Amino acid sequence: MTNPSKGAPPRPARRNLAYGRWTPAFFLAPAIVALLAVGLYPTIFAVVTSFRRYNITRTRDGFPFIGFDNYVAVLTDPSFWGALGVTARFFFAVVPAQIVLGLLIALLLHRPGLDFMRALTRISLVIPLATTYAVVGLIGRLVFNREFGVANQFLSWFGIGPVSWLADPLGAFAAIALMDIWQWTPFVTLILLAGLSMVPPEIEEAARLETRSKLALLRHVQLPYLLPGLTAILILRSADILKLFDVPFIMTRGGPGASTELVSIYIQRIGFRVFDIGLASAQAILLLIMTILLSRLYIRLVYREIE
Amino acid sequence: MTSRTTGRIAHFLGLVLVTACALFPVYWMFSSSFKNQVDLLAAPPVWTFTPTLQNYVDVFADPKTLNGTINSFIVASATTVLALLFGTPAAYALARFEFRGKADLWFWFITNRMISPIVLALPVYLLAQQARLLDTHIVLVLIYLTFNLPIVVWICTDQFRSIPPELEQAARLEGASQFRIFWQLYLPLGAPGVAVSAIFSFIFSWNELLYALVLTRRAAQTAPVAATSYMSGYEVPWGKIMATGSVIVLPVIVFSIIVSRHMVRGLTMGATK
Repeated sequence: MTNPSKGAPPRPARRNLAYGRWTPAFFLAPAIVALLAVGLYPTIFAVVTSFRRYNITRTRDGFPFIGFDNYVAVLTDPSFWGALGVTARFFFAVVPAQIVLGLLIALLLHRPGLDFMRALTRISLVIPLATTYAVVGLIGRLVFNREFGVANQFLSWFGIGPVSWLADPLGAFAAIALMDIWQWTPFVTLILLAGLSMVPPEIEEAARLETRSKLALLRHVQLPYLLPGLTAILILRSADILKLFDVPFIMTRGGPGASTELVSIYIQRIGFRVFDIGLASAQAILLLIMTILLSRLYIRLVYREIE
Repeated sequence: MTSRTTGRIAHFLGLVLVTACALFPVYWMFSSSFKNQVDLLAAPPVWTFTPTLQNYVDVFADPKTLNGTINSFIVASATTVLALLFGTPAAYALARFEFRGKADLWFWFITNRMISPIVLALPVYLLAQQARLLDTHIVLVLIYLTFNLPIVVWICTDQFRSIPPELEQAARLEGASQFRIFWQLYLPLGAPGVAVSAIFSFIFSWNELLYALVLTRRAAQTAPVAATSYMSGYEVPWGKIMATGSVIVLPVIVFSIIVSRHMVRGLTMGATK
């Protein structure tokens, strides 16, 4: 962009020559001030709280600073590691299934022909993504009910006896995982589909003439175009599972036992049911650090255009 | 039968299966919302039954669901308006200016998109308690900005970038101020993107549960919290729950179909086009 005013002396080229130096600041200020107020200020407050003994049920001695005691308590607490373990298990239970199913569905949607049916399927895939998470949890409660749930009816058609889904540690985990696979496979599908449609048609045509093997086509021609999407999927799904709360909270509240207590549910319990806010804040800050690392990774690997 | 025909049939059946799986849980909720208590508790579940509107009558006679829906609407609309008010100027700056710290700003916006609500729910609960803002609309409106603002900024930046810079230069030659250029050139020309981002902001706020659960009690309780609270009684009123769920989900389904082409962009902050 060059300076349009006539007769201006030539100056070293700078992109914003015609703008005032502070112009961007005026436009950015409202958004930044808002995020500072509602995002950063509470975060700093949480950091401060995490260094205090802050239990609402025991206010007699005030809320003294206790250094890193909360962090030591968290890091030596087997139930915190247990919650992280459940979260990791959940990731490995749902994400590979979502990628495999998502890829199969994306290939179905990418295949030429049946235009109307493909459009219909694409639209219907958006519905799980938009469905209110809390309502997904409520549907899960109904579908996986032991007596009158439709999941057990499906199983009975294959001669499998009634499963007490939500009352059983493994069953509850599986039920929540199935709801998550239902809700988020479309997300994976649509990202992979976008990748498939990036393959230049002439290259795909030429490759189809070379080989009849769909697997070879996928591996040598389409896979390179899918990789950026796969990276985005892995990082975003990690972040989303770290913050997964609504569906497991409604379906099981983390139970039975601690079998479905994912990390966000666990922190919510310590903060709002045990009322040890200092300890919960330390846990939340550790969770925040994990999120920041994921976010850095996302920028580095997926968002190349910005940096 | 040739292998091409078999392939076509398999393709068709595959698509039908995927569509059926995608729609089934929501279909099951809608259909259950029209069942009476006997049909709801039938084991094994019944697929055909005489539909009744009684659950909807009950739900709207109950102030909890009605107030919850109104509160959800107030909060989601107000936070969307604020996000647009604050977010669109920022998007303009990010689309058209180069400045130091731009990459850091992006990083911050994206982190806000990924952050678990529980991280902010704890301190915001304490702060709102001190400020006597618990159980008010305003606290939800403000906290929802943490995820709405990044979405609005991202989608609008993308949209504003696609507006030819020559238009802006022409406007500047005519003597238009920077603010007028934004207000009378970028906003109208970028209206499609602004509308899409507004819909996303509304959907995400409408769907939110954790903040609303922690920060509201009764007066400002939103619809998802109201629906959830029906689960806590001794006898679970499945009909009312499914009717409330249907009322909550219907508007977001309509909105999401409108923005379906942009869904992935909205959820990934634009990793794919």
